[in-house]
Amino acid sequence: METKGTDLRGPGAAMMSSAVEEWFLREIFPLEGLLMHYLHLNWRNRSEIEDLRQEVYVRVYEAANKEFPAQPKAFLLRTAHNLLINRVKREQIVPIDAVADLDELGAAIEAPGPERSAIARDMLRRLQAALDRLPPRCREVVVLRRIEGLSRPEIAQRMGISQDTVSEHLANGMCVLAELLYGEAELGRRS
Amino acid sequence: MSGAAEDRAITGAKAIAQTAASWLERSDRPDWNEADQRAFDAWLEESPAHRLAYWRVKGAWGHTDRLAALRPRMGGGLTPPPRRTGVLFRVAAGGIAAVVIGAVASGMFLSGSRDKVYSTGLGVRETITLPDGSQIELNTDTAVRVAEGGLHRHVTLLRGEAYFQIRHNAAHPFIVLAGNQRVVDLGTKFLVREDAGRVEVTLVEGRARIEPVEAAVPSRSATLAPGDVAVASARSLKVTSKPVASLSDELGWRRGVLVFRRTTLAEAAAQFNRYNAHKLVIEDGAAGLQIGGIFQANNPELFARVAQDVLGLKITHRSGETAISH
Repeated sequence: METKGTDLRGPGAAMMSSAVEEWFLREIFPLEGLLMHYLHLNWRNRSEIEDLRQEVYVRVYEAANKEFPAQPKAFLLRTAHNLLINRVKREQIVPIDAVADLDELGAAIEAPGPERSAIARDMLRRLQAALDRLPPRCREVVVLRRIEGLSRPEIAQRMGISQDTVSEHLANGMCVLAELLYGEAELGRRS
Repeated sequence: MSGAAEDRAITGAKAIAQTAASWLERSDRPDWNEADQRAFDAWLEESPAHRLAYWRVKGAWGHTDRLAALRPRMGGGLTPPPRRTGVLFRVAAGGIAAVVIGAVASGMFLSGSRDKVYSTGLGVRETITLPDGSQIELNTDTAVRVAEGGLHRHVTLLRGEAYFQIRHNAAHPFIVLAGNQRVVDLGTKFLVREDAGRVEVTLVEGRARIEPVEAAVPSRSATLAPGDVAVASARSLKVTSKPVASLSDELGWRRGVLVFRRTTLAEAAAQFNRYNAHKLVIEDGAAGLQIGGIFQANNPELFARVAQDVLGLKITHRSGETAISH
């Protein structure tokens, strides 16, 4: 019962919660599903998709540090587009026409989005779906920590595993949930 | 759009994401220290990719706050619901406005010779350490009178709720007076809440005896074991027990959270209102709807929004209060 106040805010939260971070959380990460869709459509080598995504984010980050792009969605996709073009030119691995016309995709995504409350409900639904897809033991640890609010020692005791294993499951759960929540947001809403 | 960035970090995104998650997990452990922080800061500085991966995993994990709201609907039972005996179980858990200690916190003043009164205001939590090392954590809107010195160790719970972690001393038992009840520590950690004469004692560790202050009536005293919850009024004493693991609900306030399990909106609002000047009001038929989850006690607005999202309710803001209705 000696649970300390371990609310998950991350270390040095005050120092790092910069305007750029907030901007990414608000404007960019929620578009990751779209970005992944674009990358999958236009890049054959699936094993490189995550690295490409990371590179797109780094480029957007460097731009945002100077000035926030006025139209985040268009900027994100244009960045991805340019990156793919550069890769194609440099490595000559796919014909250049494999990169889709950005305008086509851009037009589709400019359709009016759902309102805020719908997004909130959608997030709940996606959270539940994501949770269901975690490996069973990992899911159990995440549920005990995040929903039941148990401490690591309490979880370890209840599941009969070590605290290190609890931590491994938690870190893995964090990683997979990020992928499921951001990366796999379907585009179905606009159709 | 620098070419340098491309050269720097085009590979290893998966490994970086895993490392970022490991840092996030580690930073949440109670033993996180300055050396960890320095190592973490250094890692963040190494590459924008590191920073972004960390923001991303932290952002996604932050959304899982909302998962708590799904609990009552998860029927499928990822974890067995806690066993409850009897109908006396209630969420005695409160919450607190974190960090407020000091400012509005304890009005401490002398009353009587060697008695001290400690009190907390709305939404404030404070811990008192007694000369013998025993600790008392005061929840919101709580007052205790501590008699120090002498042979006896006496604490009177004047109002509210407090968690006691007592250094046992067989020669000088620690005694908590609340309402017309007396709790005698037999080496222990326990929670006491007083509400209009009704006294609730939850034993977390060790043993303690509860008995009426006026003459010991055997039928109205009991020795409590871990997990026991005693509810005493002027004329009755009822003891139920529940798994020790589930006691963290009741102690949620020590972490600044309120824990609900199939709790009605009316009861949830009453809990929030213990901690906040800004009140929640549940209108018309919505009072009986149930909700579950873990919520920051000092954030009734977030609770209202979750109720809105999950239960499809309406929120109305007025001066000093937020109303939730169909």
